[in-house]
Amino acid sequence: MNLFLEAFAWIFSPDRLEGDALSLPANIGLHLWYTLVSVLIAAVIAVPLGWWIGHTGRGRNVAVVISGMARAIPSLGLVILLVMLMGVALKGPAAIVAFVVLAIPSILAGAYSGIDAIDRRTLDAARAVGMNSWQVLLRVEVPLSLPLLIGGLRAAALQVVATVAIAAYVGLGGIGFFILQGIQTRRFDQILGASIVVVVLALAIDAVLALLQRVVTPAGVRIRLTQARAAAVATA
Amino acid sequence: MTWVIDNLGLIWSLTLKHLAQCAVPIILGFLLALPVGWVAHRYTRVRGVVLSVVGVLYAIPSFGLFAVLASLFGIEYLSPTNLVVALTIYAVALMTRSVADAFDSVDDDARQAATAIGYSPVRRFFTVELPLAGPVLLAGLRVAAVSTVALATVGILIGVENLGYLFTNGSQRRIIAEVLAGVVAVGLMAWVFDLILVALGRVLLPWNTQAPRAARTRRVATA
Repeated sequence: MNLFLEAFAWIFSPDRLEGDALSLPANIGLHLWYTLVSVLIAAVIAVPLGWWIGHTGRGRNVAVVISGMARAIPSLGLVILLVMLMGVALKGPAAIVAFVVLAIPSILAGAYSGIDAIDRRTLDAARAVGMNSWQVLLRVEVPLSLPLLIGGLRAAALQVVATVAIAAYVGLGGIGFFILQGIQTRRFDQILGASIVVVVLALAIDAVLALLQRVVTPAGVRIRLTQARAAAVATA
Repeated sequence: MTWVIDNLGLIWSLTLKHLAQCAVPIILGFLLALPVGWVAHRYTRVRGVVLSVVGVLYAIPSFGLFAVLASLFGIEYLSPTNLVVALTIYAVALMTRSVADAFDSVDDDARQAATAIGYSPVRRFFTVELPLAGPVLLAGLRVAAVSTVALATVGILIGVENLGYLFTNGSQRRIIAEVLAGVVAVGLMAWVFDLILVALGRVLLPWNTQAPRAARTRRVATA
């Protein structure tokens, strides 16, 4: 427990505000920036692709295989490799590419499984009332799939926020800088303090997305979910 | 390519170390996630809490966790035990949700039928629920295994040698082939682990020929 007290003392020490680029707030900002940019780019790539897979039912197996392969790529190795290939001047973009690769599988899975999970009768009904393919996608499939899509975004954001810490190894700063420095100097209060900051950041991002997930869940789906849960409780 | 041929011995010895460091967390993580996930499945009230606590575990930056474990449990700083404990925690974090989903995917009728013909809860768990949850359990195990193999490389940042050594060493010596060899070796090992799990699935779950697709959609529906 003592170590935890020391870690909090490290976080709230006035020294953390000193040294501009070396201050804790500046590195938290940088950490958040890398996370947001990476998840957004990954979403721009994966969401339309996922919706296309879910809507047409085509390419699902390819998506599963590619997602599995992406999971097997070690982020540390990919960051280092891309920085070497793209040059040290472009180490920021290089790291972001690696984080995008990390974030894509979860978001892609969220996008297509959200559409997969929709009751087929709902889609038949949409077609029966005369909606064309685009209308079915935009007015029925997309709204109904949003909760699972945001679930995918939550998973991706959690992974990226923890992995951005690795960026410190190639000299990109972020909260990982303090962890790496702490490992080199054996300052456990600093390592734990900085790790706690990352976890708090992850919790905050997750809470915001959880709220968003609640907001975007269509009212009808929410009622059905509550009923399903009640039914589950009743039979349990 | 010449770098790889010249250093095959090094790559092979690092691969063996990596293998040993990953196998334990995958097996141990599964055995630990099984009861935790089952509790999340069985008691709806604690489900949310259990799954979010486990989700947060995954957000702890890996090399911070390795280092903190060392000081908390008095494990030797550079000891692989550090890495193995941390990877086990991540494996539990990854698998608990899919274990809960796996037991959710068991048809309630099957469960009730077992009770009706007089199965005790324990016997029902081992002979009905566990086998029927098998396909989804296997899917979760595969994801966790592949992720563990990739994540283990971070161990090099606290000085535990495995395939991650090729990343930091290659970076310091500016040998792109060395870093690339590391990435490919990790990918290959993840693939081999995955093949082994699929083969195990074929042997242990012979009824799982058509099930994966159905299990997947069911899992998605309950997610």
